[in-house]
Amino acid sequence: MLMDSPNSTKPVFHVEDLTKVYRTGDVEVRALNGVDMDLYEGEMAVLLGPSGSGKSTLLNIIGGLDEPTSGKIWFKDLELSSFSQSQLTRYRRDHVGFVFQFYNLIPSLTAWENVALITEVSPAPMKPEDALAMVDLEDRMDHFPAQMSGGEQQRVAIARAIAKRPEVLLCDEPTGALDSQTGIIVLEALNRINTELGTSTAIITHNAGIQKIAHRVFSFLDGKISSVVENDIRSAPSEVEW
Amino acid sequence: MLSVLDRKLVRDLWRLWAQIIAVSLVMGCGVMTLILALGSTRSLEETRSAFYERSQFASVFATVTRAPLHLKNRIAAIDGVAAVELRVVKQAILDLEDLREPASGIVVSLPDHRETNVNRLYVRQGRLPDPSRPREVAVVETFAKAHGFTPGDRFKAIMNGQKRELEIVGVVLSAEYIYAIGPGDMVPDERRFGIFFMSQKVLSAIYDLDGAFNNAITTTRKDAGLKSIVEDLDALLEPYGGTGAIERDDQTSHAFLDAELSQLRGMATVIPPVFLFISAFLVNMILSRLIALEREQIGLLKAVGYSNIAVGWHYAKLVVAICCVGIVLGSVAGTWLGRGMTRLYGEFFSFPFLVFSQGADLYVIASCVTIASALLGATNAIWTTVALPPAVAMRPPAPTRYRRLANTGATSLKLFSPLTTMAVRHLIRWPLRSFLTIFGTSLSVGLLVTALFSFDSIDHMIDTIFFQTQRQDATLTFSSSLSPQAVLAAAQLPGVLQAEGFRTSAVLMRNGHVEKTLQLASQSKTALLTRVLDVDELPVTPPSGGLLLSERVAEQMSVRPGTILELELLEQQNRLVHIPVVGVVQGMVGLTAYIDEQAFDRIMMTGPRVNGAHIRTDHDQLDALYTAVKETPSIASIALLGLSRERFRATIEENILISVMVYVTLAVIITFGVIYNSARIQLSERARELASLRVFGFTRSEVSSVLLTELGIIVILAQPLGWLLGYGFAVLVTKGFESDLFRIPLIINQSTYAISSFVVIAAGVLSALLVRRRVDRLDLISVLKTRE
Repeated sequence: MLMDSPNSTKPVFHVEDLTKVYRTGDVEVRALNGVDMDLYEGEMAVLLGPSGSGKSTLLNIIGGLDEPTSGKIWFKDLELSSFSQSQLTRYRRDHVGFVFQFYNLIPSLTAWENVALITEVSPAPMKPEDALAMVDLEDRMDHFPAQMSGGEQQRVAIARAIAKRPEVLLCDEPTGALDSQTGIIVLEALNRINTELGTSTAIITHNAGIQKIAHRVFSFLDGKISSVVENDIRSAPSEVEW
Repeated sequence: MLSVLDRKLVRDLWRLWAQIIAVSLVMGCGVMTLILALGSTRSLEETRSAFYERSQFASVFATVTRAPLHLKNRIAAIDGVAAVELRVVKQAILDLEDLREPASGIVVSLPDHRETNVNRLYVRQGRLPDPSRPREVAVVETFAKAHGFTPGDRFKAIMNGQKRELEIVGVVLSAEYIYAIGPGDMVPDERRFGIFFMSQKVLSAIYDLDGAFNNAITTTRKDAGLKSIVEDLDALLEPYGGTGAIERDDQTSHAFLDAELSQLRGMATVIPPVFLFISAFLVNMILSRLIALEREQIGLLKAVGYSNIAVGWHYAKLVVAICCVGIVLGSVAGTWLGRGMTRLYGEFFSFPFLVFSQGADLYVIASCVTIASALLGATNAIWTTVALPPAVAMRPPAPTRYRRLANTGATSLKLFSPLTTMAVRHLIRWPLRSFLTIFGTSLSVGLLVTALFSFDSIDHMIDTIFFQTQRQDATLTFSSSLSPQAVLAAAQLPGVLQAEGFRTSAVLMRNGHVEKTLQLASQSKTALLTRVLDVDELPVTPPSGGLLLSERVAEQMSVRPGTILELELLEQQNRLVHIPVVGVVQGMVGLTAYIDEQAFDRIMMTGPRVNGAHIRTDHDQLDALYTAVKETPSIASIALLGLSRERFRATIEENILISVMVYVTLAVIITFGVIYNSARIQLSERARELASLRVFGFTRSEVSSVLLTELGIIVILAQPLGWLLGYGFAVLVTKGFESDLFRIPLIINQSTYAISSFVVIAAGVLSALLVRRRVDRLDLISVLKTRE
């Protein structure tokens, strides 16, 4: 059982009245409809909600992959919503780690090389082997993605995401393609990074069981945050019921 | 009403339009070159044979010094001979008002009061000369056009030493002179060389050949053995100074057309397959990718009851549809260019009419060949769809397995950056595809080398012929063989700085069963104006005891230095002498054999004689020289080498320029087809990977570099292979061009390789940049949400 709280109440992200409207042909989809939120340094947040509730859109916008239709976002002192494409690229490169449901590893690179791909262009990275050791993959460094299980691939993806020592780690359904046992191993890796490195982490999930490991849980519905729940007592990943 | 699958087909075609255009351009080039080459070959062949048939063109040609006309019956009686004409054919010097220098001409007799039975003329304008009017002539059309002559115009000619004013009454075309080349020239020069026709009675009187002839031509029956006719004719004409009859195949104009035709046939067999091979490969690449992307759809189609054949046929139709685009493009371009090319032939060669021969069968052949090669290329991909069980198809494919470049440890990634490693491993993962892409690109380099090397070779040829071997400004040919005093007299002509005599004589060379008739030429040890070069291009003089043969003669006669040849002296009552070959020398024009001047005089047993003189001239006194030449009876013709050189260079460069433009276009199309498609396929296969890189914060140029590195490696590796292919093609081209008329040296300068590579690399870069724009438009979000 974990009972720690985030190290500070200084926000890494500050989001104000964020709206995102997608237009496809004549159809207008309001993916985000006036969202306000803060994510604190060292915090582990879980974003819950049904498909189309806006959580992925929010994650994409704060990750610098997409731009809001209106509203403002700050990353620390930087106003992301005013960034150009090349500034957003630089922001992703230097500050953000991503973990995706389908891992998105480069099939032609080994585990070690997949991590080195990122560390080579980062200002103050850890060694790829250290990053892989944090996810218990030091023995699999030489393997190509096609030679690893799903869980192993996702852990390489996590190692790749944290090797640059990002301020934030954004995970979109990181356990979505995994069975419960493997999922728990992945969550343990994420938890360890949050605890040991103090990386602010946002996890999108459909799995309500996972919310117990977060400091705070944001529930989304129809493009809005419907509730924010703070966990006084966090569960360890091994206690998560799948 | 289109079936649903056909609607899918139409939409697929629409979606893939850019790639389809790239492939069909390459395919179109194949169709175009096939139609062009086959169509032009047929047009030229049919035009020539129609003209030959209409004019009763001779099959055998013989030249004598002087023979009586009563031989006609005996010639006609030779087995196989159909018709005979006995003519007077002589050289003349022309004095033309619009030309400063003297021109040369050949004057040919026409029978009086009847139409000729052999080599009939095609009258374009006016009529044939009237035997009762001695000044009347008919001139060939090219010459008339070059000087703006029409019937009624007059010009002067020096014939047998006498200047005569001649009146043009007709403009004609002759099958014998479809391609006519003057003395000392290497390409036709219609301004300085003309053929004209006069009455036999008139010409015999001028050349003291009353009751005699110096040229016999015969047509032969279809089943006749030409070789035996030639032998019988030689035997009959030997006492009259016969220099050996020749078959039509050795007649200059015919032989040149043959060379042109074999070049066209060569083009039809080499170039279209290159394009068809590349398009088959590209079709395979596109279809394989499409099928990989539509794997689940294929599974679904089969699951709902479509048969394997129906699914396979659906994709085969896509291939046929791509072919149709290529066939239409190629047919339009081929027809247009084919007509243009046939028209060019009409201008370059003197034909009275042109037979356009682009029959429907040509298009059918081109279409069938194209579709068959494309389907062959697509077989593998289509078979994949047929063989794929529906349940397997609906599951995602197994992930691609990569290998390391070498057995390196995990952390030894020092040589290449991860981005470069990605590019290199992708290339190695599909070795056959990579090889074919490299090979396809190298074919464009090869094609360019093949087109451009002709400049190098022609430059070398001009340098060797006009600056290394024939260094004289002009060559005078005497009307008969004279004593060496004539050379001294030539040296005294105004404007002549130096004169060197030469002697030539027709000989029949024999080595066992191999025979060859050619001109034996004397070479003086002290000659400075003309030189003989050995195969290493160093000057040599013939040793007194033997012959120097040009490479082609030595090859044809299968002789080596030391071989003793039997020489039949055709101008010396066919007396036989035996003489050793002492060396093989370079020879780019004609068939040549050299012998030392004194040795020549000895074997001829006539004492020192000369047939002409090579001269070096003073440019300031050319007008005086030209006047003197026109007024010297013993000079039969003058060849002006400087003008020949300029004319040669201009004609060749004009022709080469056109073909270079065509080849550059073709090479750019191939490069574009190969590189653009390869880049699009790569982008399609790696969209997810590349989008991931963008998500992780790599810039657009870094992401593009993965794609461009792979293309770069392909283009770079294609260069040396392309040079090698180009060298090989160039060897084939020089071999193909090689004839008894001339031989093109194989010279490829480094700059030719460099220019070829530059063009292909530039075309590659442009094609890659077109695809790079798509990297900038990658959809980062959607790609992360889906499984490949």
